[in-house]
Amino acid sequence: MRAVTVLATGPQALVQDLGRPGHAHLGVPPSGALDGPALRLANRLVGNAESAAGVEVLLGGLRLRADCSCTVAVTGPAVPVTVNGRARDSHAPVPLADGDVLELGVPDGGLRAYLAVGGGIDVPAELGSRSTDVLSGIGPAPLRAGAELPLGEPVTLPGGADELGPRPVPDELRLPVLLGPRDDWFTDPAAQLAAGSWEVSPDSNRIGLRLAGSVLARAAAFEGVELPSEPVVTGALQVPADGRPVVFLADHPTTGGYPVIGVVPTAALPALAQARPGTRVSLFAQYSDS
Amino acid sequence: MLVEVDSLDQVAAVRAAVLAAADRGDLTGLVELVPAARTVLVSVQPGTNGLTRLRELLADADLTHPPRPARHEVRIPVRYDGPDLQLAAETAGLSVTELVELHSGAEYAVAFTGFAPGFGYLVGLPEPLVQARLDRPRTAVPAGSVGIAGEFTGVYPRSSPGGWRLLGRTELALFDAHREPPALLVPGDTVRFEVVR
Repeated sequence: MRAVTVLATGPQALVQDLGRPGHAHLGVPPSGALDGPALRLANRLVGNAESAAGVEVLLGGLRLRADCSCTVAVTGPAVPVTVNGRARDSHAPVPLADGDVLELGVPDGGLRAYLAVGGGIDVPAELGSRSTDVLSGIGPAPLRAGAELPLGEPVTLPGGADELGPRPVPDELRLPVLLGPRDDWFTDPAAQLAAGSWEVSPDSNRIGLRLAGSVLARAAAFEGVELPSEPVVTGALQVPADGRPVVFLADHPTTGGYPVIGVVPTAALPALAQARPGTRVSLFAQYSDS
Repeated sequence: MLVEVDSLDQVAAVRAAVLAAADRGDLTGLVELVPAARTVLVSVQPGTNGLTRLRELLADADLTHPPRPARHEVRIPVRYDGPDLQLAAETAGLSVTELVELHSGAEYAVAFTGFAPGFGYLVGLPEPLVQARLDRPRTAVPAGSVGIAGEFTGVYPRSSPGGWRLLGRTELALFDAHREPPALLVPGDTVRFEVVR
């Protein structure tokens, strides 16, 4: 069997693909890689379909051994990569021989690196996806030392010449917010968003990015009003009773009982996967024409 | 798109109208269709003209007469030995036996899911059983617990914190990702509880 064996993990290493959207009516979050473009690139570099499962590595520390010859690629922020102790490039295909040991260091900036392996990580899928959902426990368990990860059969040769290098990780995020559905619950929502300043809280995880800082005040007519639970989407900017907003990420609950003032568009979400606690955040209302 | 309506019946009508349109190929690129208490989330793939089509569909939909879809009935065997049985009976002004008859005699419908995979909010609760949540939620409610809260009754799919008044337990697995379908309860299903002694 083609496989790799996990020798060590850092703070968190999870199998992720592009998730399992389409099950929210059953209470199942979409899950999937938080930095989707990074996982897609890693897969392209090793010749996989973009949707193949790889490993999402939080703050480095992943060490694994190839139990067959295979090609790997590491993407995300710039991150040190070694094979048997010798430096290799990130954002490029790296061939491994049977027995080689690959190690990921800690990125200088950003949080999550992505490892793709030729053939993809072939653990059993649940509800059409191999992603680990930390909210509901669906999907494979978080990786631990000793775990053997089966690989699928490679479908094409490694790509090699993808031009995308590591994206720089900004120390300040300016996030667009499409107002609604509950912007009317807040006094002058666009002005409140523009005037506020926040930073990423250390309580953030794959479920949501918590923003510490300015409090968003409700309009007088909605003070103390309870919202019947309603469905929420990835990117929803939910405002709990304490007024400090949370951006829902891939493992978010499918319904919520606090008003959503607006939604951060999908294209802006991968940057949140890399936002370390303390990153400054500003928000601005964006109006859609649809 | 989040569609807001006035009642659970209208939620069911919106859901039925969208499902019917998708089934007859009149709405392409549907990704999520999620009913809740007074809202329905419909999400479609970007690049399709799904949102425009949805607006047209909903403008034409008759929400006062929800179409009756083919109904799937689920029977859930329950041992009525929950820790809040006495409290719920007293609140309702009934004996425990009467309370169990009332809860197991009614027909329920899955209005929506949420809270956890496979957790269905069931409506159709007889009036005396419409009761407040516990003042202090439990930190751990065992999987399979059958409870009531407000206008809803439901079953906890797995052990979790919870504030519902617990009437009993079922051995049925409410959710299993390896099973097809994974969730026992799907919005629109009819549900009856059967007394296990």
